[in-house]
Amino acid sequence: MPVTVRIPTPLRSYTDGQSTAEAEGDTVGTALDDLAEQYPDLREQLYGEDDQLRSFVNVYVGDEDIRHTGGADTPLDGDEEVSIVPAVAGGTWVRESGGRKRPCLVAAPAP
Amino acid sequence: MPPQTAVPPQNSTTHAELSTDELQRYSRHLTLPDVGREGQETLKASSVLIVGAGGLGSPLATYLAAAGVGRLGLVDFDRVEESNLQRQVLFGQGDVGRPKLEAAEERLREINPHVEIERYETRLTSDNALDVIGDSYDLVADGTDNFPTRYLVNDACVMAGVPNVYGSIFRFEGQVSVFATENGPCYRCAYEEPPPPGLVPSCAEGGVLGVLPGLVGSMQATEAIKVLLGIGEPLVGRLLLMDALGADFRTLTLNKNPDCPVCSDGPEQTELIDYEAFCGLPSSDSPNGQAVSNASDDVPEISAGDYAARRDDEDGPFLLDVREPHEYEITNLGGALIPLGELEERLGELDAHKGEEIVVHCRTGGRSAEATKLLREKGFDAKNLAGGVHAWSDEVDPNVPKY
Repeated sequence: MPVTVRIPTPLRSYTDGQSTAEAEGDTVGTALDDLAEQYPDLREQLYGEDDQLRSFVNVYVGDEDIRHTGGADTPLDGDEEVSIVPAVAGGTWVRESGGRKRPCLVAAPAP
Repeated sequence: MPPQTAVPPQNSTTHAELSTDELQRYSRHLTLPDVGREGQETLKASSVLIVGAGGLGSPLATYLAAAGVGRLGLVDFDRVEESNLQRQVLFGQGDVGRPKLEAAEERLREINPHVEIERYETRLTSDNALDVIGDSYDLVADGTDNFPTRYLVNDACVMAGVPNVYGSIFRFEGQVSVFATENGPCYRCAYEEPPPPGLVPSCAEGGVLGVLPGLVGSMQATEAIKVLLGIGEPLVGRLLLMDALGADFRTLTLNKNPDCPVCSDGPEQTELIDYEAFCGLPSSDSPNGQAVSNASDDVPEISAGDYAARRDDEDGPFLLDVREPHEYEITNLGGALIPLGELEERLGELDAHKGEEIVVHCRTGGRSAEATKLLREKGFDAKNLAGGVHAWSDEVDPNVPKY
């Protein structure tokens, strides 16, 4: 069942500039996996090497933080809106990617 | 979750008498239910510390001064730059080059001569934050622009028991909340740890709509007044997201984390820490400006005076600056900039200078000592500029600001 995922400004350069995206999934985890499959560069912004959501990326279903509703297993029935809400300091982190600078939450690993 | 009621800060239980001039000035507050004469007297007896006199600090200070908050503290150490004027409405063209707080105080006194202004022309650090906030402020408004200072302000507010009206902006989007109230969550409850540093932290790269800090800072000023007066439903336990492009405003729930490292009942952290290290930034410049690292014991140094005497020689040393870009903007000695955190992966850029003498500098000499050590390990003839920019300012050119 498709849900709408709201993409925060710093991550929109990973979703072709889209502020929302449709993702399939019956839990938050599966919906975000589907999103990361559509936009592969987004994955490392959201997930750490341990495959856990990064601690500075909060995910909400409606207006509730999933940390308090079951985490990645939080069920979705398709009516909810999922929001990605990263920590924002005022400036942002920028990285060179394909010859252009774009905002990011994590830098590319050193080559 | 039911809205949490505002708890007026303990310090503002006293009221200050209003003069005839003030009664006229504040008439639209005096006739406003929920404020009235008593509320206005409470505002006059209140004090707010505004950290950062920039995009957020401008509307914050302007509106809080106009509203009659009795005492405003401002923390900033920058000078006004041309590029600030697009959003920092406290300042005008004639202020470019002036210390921000000097210009801000002048402007705020013009807006409201009844307000007391305290200037803290310093960088807020783990060493001074509790003293500054503890200078009997009822409330802190966070108008900073970087993660280390955000976590510092949050933790210091929790430890001092002073509410923190938080605002943050990026491009067309803003966030506002009220942290560190008696029963509400703090920033660490929402984001326990900061993102690891990317390649370049830069407000200039990120960009921001000039009006956006006006929206967010005005919202912070509104929340500050609500908290000071104990009226309405402040954003305690809620995060307001403002999307200017979508004209979309919504609030999300923020829960207090019972295991929060700083605001829980048995917090694991009870003192301020090195926030640059916490945020993964080079931390060899300790808050008191002394090098923490022992690297400086191990590497050859050159004094500012000696380098100054040789820099214009034909075979003078190559100067490498390992600070962050925002520091380079504050002042620079004309060196090539490669921040310490990027040095290892960008060593190739220095290949042309192998065999040449390289002088490495930072703010006070700590980070550059680490860089010097790294460069020497890689076969470069590097020396550390002892004391960095500060020593240069003391010994060579007093026009270089010691930030």
